[in-house]
Amino acid sequence: MQNKQDKPILIRPGEAETLVSATAAHRASIAALNEELSNRGFITTSVDSVITWARTGSLMWMTFGLACCAVEMMQAAMPRYDMERFGFAPRASPRQSDVIIVAGTLTNKMAPAIRKVYDQMPDPKWVISMGSCANGGGYYHYSYSVVRGCDRVLPVDIYVPGCPPSAEALMYGILLLQRKIRRTGTLER
Amino acid sequence: MAVATEQELAEIGEHVADALGDAVRGVCVVHGQLQMVARKESIREVLHFLRDDPRCRFVAFTDICGVDWPEREERFEVVYHLLSPYLNARVRVKVPVAEGEAVPSVIEVFPGAEWYEREVWDMYGVYFTDHPDLRRILTDYGFSGHPLRKDFPVTGFVEVRYDEDLKRVIYEPVNLQQAWREFDFLSPWKGEPAVLPGDEKAGAAPCPGNGEAEKDEEAGA
Repeated sequence: MQNKQDKPILIRPGEAETLVSATAAHRASIAALNEELSNRGFITTSVDSVITWARTGSLMWMTFGLACCAVEMMQAAMPRYDMERFGFAPRASPRQSDVIIVAGTLTNKMAPAIRKVYDQMPDPKWVISMGSCANGGGYYHYSYSVVRGCDRVLPVDIYVPGCPPSAEALMYGILLLQRKIRRTGTLER
Repeated sequence: MAVATEQELAEIGEHVADALGDAVRGVCVVHGQLQMVARKESIREVLHFLRDDPRCRFVAFTDICGVDWPEREERFEVVYHLLSPYLNARVRVKVPVAEGEAVPSVIEVFPGAEWYEREVWDMYGVYFTDHPDLRRILTDYGFSGHPLRKDFPVTGFVEVRYDEDLKRVIYEPVNLQQAWREFDFLSPWKGEPAVLPGDEKAGAAPCPGNGEAEKDEEAGA
């Protein structure tokens, strides 16, 4: 191995750029990290940042497609937008997921069921409300059978407006959720 | 195969009316489709005939709907839709029902009718006798009322919310933060009577046999 004589390199300089979606700031921080790892072999950081880094980097989302919004949600997960590059991967079980995306019209009949799913998710957990119907009833606000906003049943973190929101809009909501987790990240929630 | 012409439809209608006699209250062809009004006691007989008669063979059961006409004596209408793939023709069988009256279930003729009858029961409160499992099908568990009746308020009576203390979803009387606003710019109060989009067919030539047509005749006489 060549590296034994040289300094040990843990992240190869070329790879670091291509792996991560590269904003300038991101690139700079990766370069600094690389520098520290290469020169000293260790890095110092706070536990909080490591935890939020881990949390934002592997958000497993509970699929909860209720109506047409679900199609845009699927589209965001498909190769064209590919949410998994943000570590945002679908998970079919509430017991192994961190985020629930309420995608569509929440009816009175479904309300106890969605609450049960939410209650089964382990802490810490987040909720994304997707589309007009989930945000506030939308088109069906005055209906006899529709919940006027899923925040009557679940504590919502991010509201994504639209009818239905485009896949880009949902992705932006996910990035905002990651930012929120970084900003408010603590062990307790 | 070409779609059945109005002439052919009228012939089939005549054939059905002759064969069934008193069971059918009226037959006509409207909008290029065969339509008939049947007595509710004989709806099974009518559907049996339409399915099995060699000149009809309406073997494909499409749908059952309900209609609420609050101004009529027999308030509800149960509408059966059948398709004959052999004739490439459809037939619409209307059955007028008064409130509180029951219609014989047609499951023994078309087993697929089961859920449609449950839906009509759920939405309009029309009861079907001999139905094996006449429960609500769409509305919430413990729902009261029949939401597609004209006298049912659009916002209903209850709404749900999660109660943090009880740790469950609870029902409360409806409390709207903002009242329902009507944006009906085609309102007849503002000028000549406008035909609302989708309502063009509602006032079309009534079929003989249903309550509406008889009322008109009485008024004329």
